Amino acid sequence: MTAIRPRAGIGGVGESAPRVDGLPKVKGEFEYASDLRREGMLWGETLRSPHPSARIRSIDVSQAAVRPGVRAVLVAADVPGRPRFGLDVKDQPVLAAEVVRYAGEPVAVVAADSQEAARQAIRAIAVDYEVLQPLTDMEAALHPDAPRVHPGGNVVRDVRILHGDPDAAAEVWVEGYYETGMQDQAPLGPEAGLAVPAVDGGVDLHVATQWLHADHEQIAPCLGLPEEKVRLHLSGVGGAFGAREDVSMQIHACLLALRTGRPVKMAYSRPESFSGHVHRHPSRIWMRHGARRDGTLVVVHARLLIDGGAYTSTSPAVIGNATTFAAGPYDVPNASLHGTAVFTNNPPCGAMRGFGAVQACFAYEAQMDRLAAALYMDPLALRLKNAMRPGTVMPTGQVVGGSAPVRKLIQGCAAMPLPPEEAAGGRDPIRLPGGAGNTSRGEGLARGAGYAVGFKNLAYSEGFDDSSQAWVRLSRDGQGAMAEVKTAAVEVGQGLDTIVAQIVRSELGVERVVQLPPDTAIGSAGSSSASRQTMMTGGAVQLACQAVRAELEARAGHHEVPDLIEFLDSPIEAVRTFHHRPTRALDGTGQGEPHVAFAFGAARAVVEVDRDLGLVRVVQLAVAQDVGRALNPQSVLGQIEGGSAQGLGFALMEEIDLAGGLVRNASFTDYLLPTTLDMPPVVSLLVEEPEPGMPFGAKGVGEPSTVVVPAAVVAALRAATGRALSRAPVKPDDLVGLRTFPGYRPPP
Amino acid sequence: MIVRLQVNGARREADVWPGTSLLTLLRDHLGLYGSKNACEQGECGSCSVWLDGELVCSCLVLGAQAGGREVLTVEGLNLERQAGAVQAAFVEAGAVQCGFCTPGFVVAVTDLLSNDPAPSEASIREALSGNLCRCTGYAKILDAVNLAAGRLRDSPA
Ligand code: FES
Ligand code: FES
Repeated sequence: MTAIRPRAGIGGVGESAPRVDGLPKVKGEFEYASDLRREGMLWGETLRSPHPSARIRSIDVSQAAVRPGVRAVLVAADVPGRPRFGLDVKDQPVLAAEVVRYAGEPVAVVAADSQEAARQAIRAIAVDYEVLQPLTDMEAALHPDAPRVHPGGNVVRDVRILHGDPDAAAEVWVEGYYETGMQDQAPLGPEAGLAVPAVDGGVDLHVATQWLHADHEQIAPCLGLPEEKVRLHLSGVGGAFGAREDVSMQIHACLLALRTGRPVKMAYSRPESFSGHVHRHPSRIWMRHGARRDGTLVVVHARLLIDGGAYTSTSPAVIGNATTFAAGPYDVPNASLHGTAVFTNNPPCGAMRGFGAVQACFAYEAQMDRLAAALYMDPLALRLKNAMRPGTVMPTGQVVGGSAPVRKLIQGCAAMPLPPEEAAGGRDPIRLPGGAGNTSRGEGLARGAGYAVGFKNLAYSEGFDDSSQAWVRLSRDGQGAMAEVKTAAVEVGQGLDTIVAQIVRSELGVERVVQLPPDTAIGSAGSSSASRQTMMTGGAVQLACQAVRAELEARAGHHEVPDLIEFLDSPIEAVRTFHHRPTRALDGTGQGEPHVAFAFGAARAVVEVDRDLGLVRVVQLAVAQDVGRALNPQSVLGQIEGGSAQGLGFALMEEIDLAGGLVRNASFTDYLLPTTLDMPPVVSLLVEEPEPGMPFGAKGVGEPSTVVVPAAVVAALRAATGRALSRAPVKPDDLVGLRTFPGYRPPP
Repeated sequence: MIVRLQVNGARREADVWPGTSLLTLLRDHLGLYGSKNACEQGECGSCSVWLDGELVCSCLVLGAQAGGREVLTVEGLNLERQAGAVQAAFVEAGAVQCGFCTPGFVVAVTDLLSNDPAPSEASIREALSGNLCRCTGYAKILDAVNLAAGRLRDSPA
């Protein structure tokens, strides 16, 4: 008989409770969106533009439509409702009508009896394009004579932040120019879903997404259906990292299902997945830091440019982040920060883990090292001297509230044990740069260590109220007490479902927690992004549990009983919504209170470089992270390690290779992800200072390691080679000096 | 074309287009969705199965090549002692996040431990270098391998 009694050991908050979905996943029984199937289901496929910029003269689908097994071929004219979608700005055509703005843009969709038949039909569609000169350079996009990607011009958003006296005089100046590449989220589960037409003329969509309600709000108007006739159900999600924040196949599958009256499945192949979602914005960043001789920061000037590609997506928020974070987690009394996101004919960029904070950190931490060198100062001492703390006024005028243990993180990170030195000779080749390929024998080996400190906002910023709703029901049956929970929050792999169960166990004292499948029948939970679900949906679940518990205690009155289950003759349920504290958008000079809270991190990387061959082995990563309170320590460590791997990939190998707007490496053969041979051991330190206003004091934990690890790895490479290395990812050519990256040049 | 093969101990047949991979045959024709399709190019290991006892990427094998042969997939593993220890270790060590890579890792680790019950860290890293995981950074996967290997050594069948 399960009782109602909060106690340790039942898998509550603070324990490393095993994942609720662990067993089905190890057995291969967990159903992902790409595994969905229905009797009589059709397969959908997408025809995409091969050109980054072109006018569509005509589309002839007649050959495709008569192919065996083909049930529908749809073009822009077949979209019954609003022709465009988008997370905030609805500027992305469901299917391109007159022009295409990037290579990979959807032009037509097909439903057929088999995937092979659908693929062949796609190839039989004839599109007559007038090919135009694409705009593919983010600086060129700012030129007054540049071709306009959209009628309103090429600026997605321009953010200017003026703080204190930007003309303040300093004794020591350093300046630098930095670039970062376009990274792909590469979740292993491809974009997929199944649309099932319903008897009421509506449609049920089962899909892998990050935010059911944002999809819903975009899909229904395009289908020309009232919202209640479009129902979204979460399917198994094989990772996300921002890639599922924008709509991909959702509207297409629904259109095909409604047209054919049959269930339609769409599942992207890996090459198509590279076109099917947005990427991390490439950036160009100019920075100038001024300090006093004792190392006190006086002023930061920054100019940031990010390439948003062809459509708006989340570029406004990404450039908002990059610009508001450009001075780093430091006390900077004067600043002039100017960020611009532009449109080009490159693939659209949007959300990826770290969301604008990664690019900024790469630049400001390189600057801090440069400044330390100019001052003959220890780089850690310089950071400690200027570290942000509660009460620090940020360049936006926002005062850092909540916890900000930056000094503790820096000291804790530096105190973690260094890996032992190893002699180059006699090693297993796997422990040499280049690894098992046996390309280095250890000559010319140099070791280096580098540090980086950074931060990331938690939850949505700039006035957004990304609340989350939860329903909780407490009842009893023959086996005792049971709590049921429902939210629309998406488990993408981060461990949210387990955290929710832990919160319920702690708040209600029941072991048996049943989670109902997320769908759009309940209120929005907001997105599984911005490190926000543990706080937001965790907060909603906590509030609902507290309401249920209050009712149960009211029923019990003053009776002293060992087990409140006696008072559960009828179930108790509650629905609650959690809001974070309000934030304020930036005004014309970039002043406001844009962010809810911050999570800080510090990383140290130790690398070995073969200086003749330009090969790298990362020996160890040490990450100290500000987590508020670790609700599930094992899961927090897993987030830090996984985030570190994505940071290492960003620093060393991961980049979408673009030539004239065309992606040249849309496969795992050519786009390299870190493997077991690339990832070193990660040692982590959790700094727990509870965040006020968040459930149990928890902070989101998904992003800080991804923010700081790239900057730390490249700092270590600089230390090992003595080269400037101002572009990530760092390639072997950079390390041996075959590619010298331009030094400082004036900003646009 | 009709392909007849043994899958997880049972005789199965599928009517497939000649270009169909063993992975697609398993998933879309036999309904065995445990093997995953993250790349279909031999780069990620999420589709790992045994073909006549040999570990292969099923996306790189033609369905027709498996005709008359014996295939063992993650779904066929559940009762085996070694695989059971690997699966339990993955859950306990926190080696599962989104889980899309997990069936492939479970198969690859089971194969590794049946050939080498006490693998060194270097040989674990090398043996698993063909399996991509985008979520975990591999640390907890390596922990799971060591946990499973230790338990299997401590309690030999
Ligand atoms: S799907 Fe077979 S190796 Fe990736
Ligand atoms: S757990 Fe998500 S890819 Fe490995």
